[in-house]
Amino acid sequence: MLKILKYSFMDLMRSRWSYVYFFFYLVLGFVLFFLNSDVTKAVITLMNVIIVLTPLIGTIFGVMYFYSSREFTELLLAQPLKRRTIFAGQYLGVSLSLSMSLVIGVGIPFVLYGIFGSTAIWDFSTLMLVGAFLTFIFVALSFNIALAFKDKIKGFGFSILMWLFMAVIYDGLFLLSMMIFDDYPLDKLALGATLFNPIDLSRILILLKLDISALLGYTGAVFKNFFGTGLGLFLSLSLLSVWVIVPAALMLRQARSKDF
Amino acid sequence: MRLRIQKLLAILLLFSGVLSATSRVVGPQEKIKTIAEALAISAPGDTVFIQPGTYQEETIYIDKPMVIIGRGYPVIDGMNKGYVLEVRSDSVTVKGLLLINVQKSYTKAYAAIHVYGSKYFVIEGNKLRNSFFGILVERSKDGIIHGNTVMGNAVTEQSSGNGIHAWHSDRLTISNNHVEGMRDGIYLEFVNNSKIIGNVSRNNIRYGLHFMFSNDDLYLKNRFENNGAGVAVMFSKRIDMRENEFMLNWGSASYGLLLKEILEGEIVGNTFNKNTIGISADGASKISFSHNNFDNNGWAIRFHGACYDNNIVNNNFRHNALDISYKGPMNGNIFDQNYWSEYAGYDLDKNNVGDVPYRPVKLFSYVVNKTPETIILLRSLFVDIINFSEKVSPIMTPDNLKDNRPLMKPVKINDRS
Amino acid sequence: MIEVRKLYKNYGPVEVLKGIDIVFNPGEITAILGPNGSGKTTLIKSILGMVIPNGGEILLDDNNVLGQWLYRDRISYVPQIANFPGNLKVNELIKMIRDIRPGARNHGRLIDILKLQPFLDKKLGALSGGTRQKVNLVLAFMFDAPLIILDEPTAGLDPVALILLKQLIASEKEKGKTILITTHIMNLVEEIADKVVFLLDGLIYFHGRVSELKEKTGEDNLEKAIAAILKDSYA
Repeated sequence: MLKILKYSFMDLMRSRWSYVYFFFYLVLGFVLFFLNSDVTKAVITLMNVIIVLTPLIGTIFGVMYFYSSREFTELLLAQPLKRRTIFAGQYLGVSLSLSMSLVIGVGIPFVLYGIFGSTAIWDFSTLMLVGAFLTFIFVALSFNIALAFKDKIKGFGFSILMWLFMAVIYDGLFLLSMMIFDDYPLDKLALGATLFNPIDLSRILILLKLDISALLGYTGAVFKNFFGTGLGLFLSLSLLSVWVIVPAALMLRQARSKDF
Repeated sequence: MRLRIQKLLAILLLFSGVLSATSRVVGPQEKIKTIAEALAISAPGDTVFIQPGTYQEETIYIDKPMVIIGRGYPVIDGMNKGYVLEVRSDSVTVKGLLLINVQKSYTKAYAAIHVYGSKYFVIEGNKLRNSFFGILVERSKDGIIHGNTVMGNAVTEQSSGNGIHAWHSDRLTISNNHVEGMRDGIYLEFVNNSKIIGNVSRNNIRYGLHFMFSNDDLYLKNRFENNGAGVAVMFSKRIDMRENEFMLNWGSASYGLLLKEILEGEIVGNTFNKNTIGISADGASKISFSHNNFDNNGWAIRFHGACYDNNIVNNNFRHNALDISYKGPMNGNIFDQNYWSEYAGYDLDKNNVGDVPYRPVKLFSYVVNKTPETIILLRSLFVDIINFSEKVSPIMTPDNLKDNRPLMKPVKINDRS
Repeated sequence: MIEVRKLYKNYGPVEVLKGIDIVFNPGEITAILGPNGSGKTTLIKSILGMVIPNGGEILLDDNNVLGQWLYRDRISYVPQIANFPGNLKVNELIKMIRDIRPGARNHGRLIDILKLQPFLDKKLGALSGGTRQKVNLVLAFMFDAPLIILDEPTAGLDPVALILLKQLIASEKEKGKTILITTHIMNLVEEIADKVVFLLDGLIYFHGRVSELKEKTGEDNLEKAIAAILKDSYA
């Protein structure tokens, strides 16, 4: 598997798009610091970007890589390799290279502007961790979609739709239903709904780190008790891991019975 | 303020001089063993020194002008029987005592020091432990409460009292006290022309400082930290609030400063940091908010309605989740020349004033007002989208609720350190 | 030896293989023929494990290989369309396959024979179809596997390369290998194949020597024989 990972990784590292992605974050990081030398504010802006963009890029790259490496995959399938090995390797290759573009791209400006001496180092680390998690999650989801649709256009369409649903529509429905049912106690529902969307979960994790948690107190004890404690942090991170493991496992399962 | 203390001291000196005071010493090794005994034989204007030791005496009455000074913090144990010290005369000074064990009651406000109908009293540098109420002042004038510490361990509002409680009083000076773990740190009801300066009030279960029906008071350079809520100013007029710090007042109904039915105050140079709500204003009118720092709060200011003609000018709003929440029409309230960290406009003519107005109220803020749980969607893409659409064509927010001259750089506010 | 027993495969409602029974012997070259959609590629991919059959067995030297993977070490496969990751260079691809599947020996000789040296440092995306096919051949023939499967191996090859390919196949046959080939070029079949399998609508219409097929159809030309079968079946 490590060999497949290595080659997928190297393949992507050579591709133009990895560089585009990397430079995008590099430029974003520098621009943020150029516009405001306040690290906290830079982290907040960066959060907004990462929450939206890493899932989108993960989705698009995942689908794109899957379809464009079809021949490579077939070549590998004819070799004495387990399918699990091939797909797990490719999946990790894509996810890792994207995560690295993110961490290094954003990391360079932050290091240059002295993140290590700053108290924002933990916020920054959380942000990077969450960004990597989102990448792994959405690459896995997009691989699932790509495996399910032989047709490239359909696969692309569904992936974008999936992203749109997770990033925007889900929250819209969530907000609407909370406003409709606001006569009922909602905090548990809200908490539950958050856990079922990795983007929301990540956003809340970062918000708590950024000390905007003051607001969560407003809604009562449930949020504060859940997110404000070490247990909440642990649970959130575990849930993010579940969000990686389940789609990845589904993807491998689907790959096992797929015809090429 | 200094002038007033000097004046008071001068008056006190005059009194003691006129009456050719003598001084007595109370202590376990002295001739006089109890404080009550010493007071009984003292003439007005005399001084009683209390040696270190523990004095278990039921309610001690001070009914003539006296100076009582503790040496090395003698312990006055109230043994949970009513008040510990009753000050019922003018010109009484109580200094350096450690007062403990005040009776708890659901009907009477028993206190460690009870001042009633007194003028020119001085309560200074005492320590109060396990007291129900700490220092209770009623129908008194021109008194000083300075440098005392009141420590309690209040659990519920019903079973606990206030640290410093004043009622129907005038021209009090409450300064440099430290109150912790009480119901209200400092409570003022019908107290006028008074000054509350340099106190620290923290970990109290209700308010750090609480005004009711009090007018023309000043509170300056106090620190309010981690109370149920910071300061509540209710049904009062012309309260001057300057250079205080309101910090870490977290919780569903928690705020740094609550303004309820108040008129013509000034809120200047205060710092609001990490409160769920910085200022919650309900029926507050003709108040000038300026040179305040609102940093890292959930909301910087929430206007609940019936607020007229307030000026919010030259403040810094930095990294608050939601800057302003607002109900109803403009009512003559003005937002002008503030610094907003969320401002994304530009300044082409480089005059440090943004060229496009800033709208401090977001649509999402209305949603959260209606359904608080939706706060969990803060900073999500969907919320950004609805905020943006509201910004483009306002439906919910008053069209003229905006800062037409947002500053590009924070307002410089004098550092108090 | 490879044996296929009662092999079924359908894609959704479309039945592609409807119970194939066949044995391929060592030292024989078998050409798999049939019209488009008759199931040639599906049969080959089933043997390779790239397509998962709905029923039946595939035995390689009496061992069931369905769901297995290690047996592919004993297969050399030349796929139909040789598209490779465009970012890789030729020698990198060869190195990579050698890395993934140890045991390659004669890649150097193959590169010489197929005259691929000038292209070794070129990216695969920049190669012509014929050159890519040559690379494809190197990747398959550099392993010494007892079973060789070629899916349309002549696509894009120039006449010289075609002769080389035939020589390669012949020499492998002499080593006693089992060789399967699909092609549309009947001359090639007549020239090198020992046996012919003719698939029609997911079933084996004919399996035997080329001469037997001619006899059966009464044609002396293979192309015409095939045409005759198709005419019969569609009539």
